[in-house]
Amino acid sequence: MYNHMVVDQPGRSDEDRVFAALADATRRDIVLRVLQHAETVSALASRYAMSFAAVQKHVAVLERAGLVSKERRGREQLVSGRIETVRAAARSLQLYEEIWRGRIGRMEEILAEPPGEADA
Amino acid sequence: MTVLSTTPDTEARTLTVVAEFAAPPARVWQLWSDPRQLERWWGPPTWPATFVEHELVPGGSARYVMTGPEGEQAGGWWRFLDVDEPRSLELEDGFADADGRPSTDMPTTRMRMQLEESEAGTRMTLVSQFASLEQMEQLTSMGMVEGLTEALGQIDELLAARPGR
Repeated sequence: MYNHMVVDQPGRSDEDRVFAALADATRRDIVLRVLQHAETVSALASRYAMSFAAVQKHVAVLERAGLVSKERRGREQLVSGRIETVRAAARSLQLYEEIWRGRIGRMEEILAEPPGEADA
Repeated sequence: MTVLSTTPDTEARTLTVVAEFAAPPARVWQLWSDPRQLERWWGPPTWPATFVEHELVPGGSARYVMTGPEGEQAGGWWRFLDVDEPRSLELEDGFADADGRPSTDMPTTRMRMQLEESEAGTRMTLVSQFASLEQMEQLTSMGMVEGLTEALGQIDELLAARPGR
């Protein structure tokens, strides 16, 4: 799932980069927007109360994490979301909690069995 | 009905899971103490666990093998640090190869399980302590739990609306 990502930061795993990128609320918002449709960096910049350079920096972090990709469109950069990376992140994000939710669900099922059966 | 909460604490490097069961503590305890019941819930249905050893005394150990859909095997081991039936259990949880030999290059997790009587029956509190912050990040994606849950909900909707992507 991660093998399409460019490994340009040795020592830091792809996954770490994905989560570090998603730790910021603005970056999460950008990802959600560009997953719906591609937007130029300047269109994105107009949405947030911060400088063009600051938004550009956020986009660069997301791009390094493989969460978005940039494409030159004339004088503009078009940003679009990369669904595979987001999906992979979502899976590993919830993994530990999911494991325990699954276990507790199964524990509950065993407890709901008639006594004789569970003790057999 | 199971009430469940998951609370990460990055300073203590712990993740706490709380669940409630409609059964008395002595009954919930059996889910941990009887290896035949334990193996019915420890592994996911696609990777059922088989406990080949389960010596529930302080200092005792347990070994299990999980078998995947393609017959692939993954092993694990526990070392019981504290056993107080039917109230609490503390153990070290680690990975092992398919032959059951503990992996030395993988960090272990310490787990404390506590059972208390509650209105519903039993409240189970499970605290997992990780060896390092890195390990915790790997396993729980530290700090992301709250902020991203909402975002991921939206992403799920997007994915549902965009078949084939």
